[in-house]
Amino acid sequence: MYKILFKQTLLPKIHLMRIEAPKVAAKAQAGQFVVIRIDERGERIPLTIADWDNKEGSITIIFMEVGASTARLAALNEGDSIMNFVGPLGLPTEIEKFGTVICVGGGVGIAPVFPIARALREAGNRVIAIIGARSKDLLFWEDMMRTVSDELIVTTDDGTYARKGVVTIPLKELLERGEKIDRVIAIGPAVMMKFCSRTTQPFGVKTMVSLNSIMVDGTGMCGACRVAVGGVTKFACVDGPDFDGHEVDWDLLAARQRMYIEEEKMSFERWLAKHAVTA
Amino acid sequence: MPKLNLNREEMPRQDPKARGKNFSEVALGYSFEQALGEASRCIQCPKPLCMTGCPVSVTIPEFIRALREGDMPAAAKALKMKNALPAICGRVCPQETQCEQVCVLAKRGAPVAIGRLERFVADWERRQQEAASAVLPEPTGKKVALVGSGPAGLTCAADLAKAGHSVTIYEALHVAGGVLMYGIPEFRLPKEIVQADINYVMSLGVKIELDSVVGKLFTVDDLLKDGYDAVFLGTGAGLPMFLNIPGENLNGVYAANEFLTRVNLMKAYRFPEYDTPVKVGKKVAVVGAGNVAMDAARSALRLGAEVVYVIYRRSRAEMPARHEEVENAEEEGIEFRLLTNPKRFLGNEHGSLVGVECYEMELGEPDESGRRRPSVKPNSEFTIDVDVAIIALGTTPNPLVAQTTIGLDTTRHGTVVADETTGRTVKPGVWAGGDTVTGAATVISAMGAGRRAAADIDRFLREK
Ligand SMILES: Cc1cc2nc3c(=O)[nH]c(=O)nc-3n(C[C@H](O)[C@H](O)[C@H](O)COP(=O)(O)OP(=O)(O)OC[C@H]3O[C@@H](n4cnc5c(N)ncnc54)[C@H](O)[C@@H]3O)c2cc1C
Ligand SMILES: Cc1cc2nc3c(=O)[nH]c(=O)nc-3n(C[C@H](O)[C@H](O)[C@H](O)COP(=O)(O)OP(=O)(O)OC[C@H]3O[C@@H](n4cnc5c(N)ncnc54)[C@H](O)[C@@H]3O)c2cc1C
Ligand code: SF4
Ligand code: SF4
Ligand code: FES
Repeated sequence: MYKILFKQTLLPKIHLMRIEAPKVAAKAQAGQFVVIRIDERGERIPLTIADWDNKEGSITIIFMEVGASTARLAALNEGDSIMNFVGPLGLPTEIEKFGTVICVGGGVGIAPVFPIARALREAGNRVIAIIGARSKDLLFWEDMMRTVSDELIVTTDDGTYARKGVVTIPLKELLERGEKIDRVIAIGPAVMMKFCSRTTQPFGVKTMVSLNSIMVDGTGMCGACRVAVGGVTKFACVDGPDFDGHEVDWDLLAARQRMYIEEEKMSFERWLAKHAVTA
Repeated sequence: MPKLNLNREEMPRQDPKARGKNFSEVALGYSFEQALGEASRCIQCPKPLCMTGCPVSVTIPEFIRALREGDMPAAAKALKMKNALPAICGRVCPQETQCEQVCVLAKRGAPVAIGRLERFVADWERRQQEAASAVLPEPTGKKVALVGSGPAGLTCAADLAKAGHSVTIYEALHVAGGVLMYGIPEFRLPKEIVQADINYVMSLGVKIELDSVVGKLFTVDDLLKDGYDAVFLGTGAGLPMFLNIPGENLNGVYAANEFLTRVNLMKAYRFPEYDTPVKVGKKVAVVGAGNVAMDAARSALRLGAEVVYVIYRRSRAEMPARHEEVENAEEEGIEFRLLTNPKRFLGNEHGSLVGVECYEMELGEPDESGRRRPSVKPNSEFTIDVDVAIIALGTTPNPLVAQTTIGLDTTRHGTVVADETTGRTVKPGVWAGGDTVTGAATVISAMGAGRRAAADIDRFLREK
């Protein structure tokens, strides 16, 4: 069992938890993820490592309530435990001294971008961060991102906070500004990563994305996480999750993410119904 | 000499109609009378050939004699001497090509049903609550780490613990047992039985650390540095192979590993009570004809598919699955499309599978495996409508451990190079066995490898 040491509700549907897993904390690197299972009946779901604390022996996860599993996780509190916690999985993000790097985080994708931006900065890069959300009440960790970036741009789609518009607008401006951009890292919903990749392509700037395909084991055993990159099938859990965004087959990713949409809906409605009774 | 009895006791089984709808075990097991009847057919050969066919050298005549004399504890003891997992082997060993193939009565067409007797004795023992708490020897103070808790790892662990070493198994998944838990379905190998055998291994003092992916959480070299005197790799062959044809990434096309893992390990057959879903579909095609294909096909049927095809590019004679399971599948209504091979998968506008286009095949000259080589009949394409396809072409070893271990030798098939009789790899202090060395094989051959490695590790530790 893995104990929840700390829980913070960042926004109504977005929660942060620090989970006791000292061995995972000792090995975690930016860009890696964990697979968790809440209890005996739970499914295995992947969540990115948002931070780690070797002294406390903990891993920080940040997740959005989108369905039954994440809602069930959100219902747990400090002191509760989850049954399984496996990691650190996937290849770490490539960290080198590239020069100037733009890190783009969209929605809950801000969480995984944070340790990457930090590692890039520690490696001597100039980090420009762009974080965006649909509206003000879906934005978090602006302060945290500020501590790890040389320049920070914040957007909201509806203009309720900071700049109005989607993250690709400032991204394009930066690329057009004329200074040399050596690499872009974009993490968020699949559409956002797709359009970030489209934006950078004409400028020839290498753009890495973190693919959130459906997973089961996370160790290369099942093939659920198949993605196509450069026309070749890859397993996101072991060959990724980071891939070159200019090579990704985005339509395939989007289609495969919808595979269980009916079952997910049924499962969530069932949970909501039950929850309403007990609450 | 008394007259030979050539009438094998039939195994009672669930009715095919009923069992096609449930996940309960198909084979029901012998009654005591049936077991005695079958045991009495063994002529107790002084030089028992049957034992030469068993990869772990179970003392077959000895356990059968004890059973015949009604001394069940002695029968169980004799079995467990050589086989830590008899309830499993009695169910899933391909006996027809091992112990039973070489039994003297096989020449007369009716070998002693060794597997069924083994199962009977093991099941009896499991029901005896006492489960004879094993007397363990003095601890040797030596520590061994095992990677993977499939049959190879469990057998190796049991033997090392019995020799007094301190044993820890690191397992990537959230349950122990390897393929026995995530691959082979409940109706053929009830998980309760696997768990009972795992509990037995743990009762010997073996520790099992779940959720531990070696190569990620720590490496084999870390284990050696952290005070383990030896490491055994029993990581299996878990990486699924695909056909590499168009449409293979459509929604509805599964690797057998994923389909079976969702069903067995994650209990998707009890969705939504359990959280993991699986798409079953009305019309299902399984590609391949090994044990894995039979298990996938029969699982799909039980989950409610209306029709399930097994698509195989060779003919019946070449099917690699156990005969008994092919018969079971056929009885349950699985349709075999032999001499057929997929060309591409067809999808709709949502990216979901709607059909598989196939070629007809014909058999030519034998290839290096001795089986006749199939080739495509020109212009023979035809389409089968299906909404789910399950690829069961086999698996290769997961490269995770080999990639992260300094100085381990692997073949171009990705298998770990290890000595056949000792399991030693070229890396000092590291042994390997089971599917990770041989490629996908059998439960009992993995156990045999685990046993041989344990003996060699023990020798190494005592000399150290
Ligand atoms: C490598 C990786 C890292 C991720 N990191 C984070 C993170 O840090 N924070 C976060 O909020 N989310 C993250 N996700 C997504 C997260 O796994 C899903 O939101 C979660 O599984 C949804 O489960 P659910 O039952 O609550 O929702 P559901 O209703 O089951 O599904 C909602 C959405 O989640 C996707 N999903 C469902 N099951 C899985 C699964 N087993 N694996 C992957 N996706 C699934 C579906 O495609 C669907 O779009 C990550 C995904 C991957 C692959
Ligand atoms: C569906 C199916 C049906 C089968 N039917 C039969 C049958 O009827 N009869 C028969 O004899 N054989 C059958 N087999 C084959 C048999 O199950 C295997 O040959 C046998 O299980 C191999 O044992 P193993 O111990 O080598 O590996 P496995 O059983 O594969 O176990 C390996 C274990 O190692 C773990 N592991 C892998 N990598 C790591 C890592 N990096 N860190 C930690 N742990 C790791 C895995 O999670 C797994 O638990 C079947 C196989 C399948 C898939
Ligand atoms: S372990 Fe398998 S091969 Fe050996 S005697 Fe038992 S059934 Fe036969
Ligand atoms: S070979 Fe057959 S008859 Fe002879 S001892 Fe073995 S099981 Fe009995
Ligand atoms: S999640 Fe199973 S192979 Fe990637």
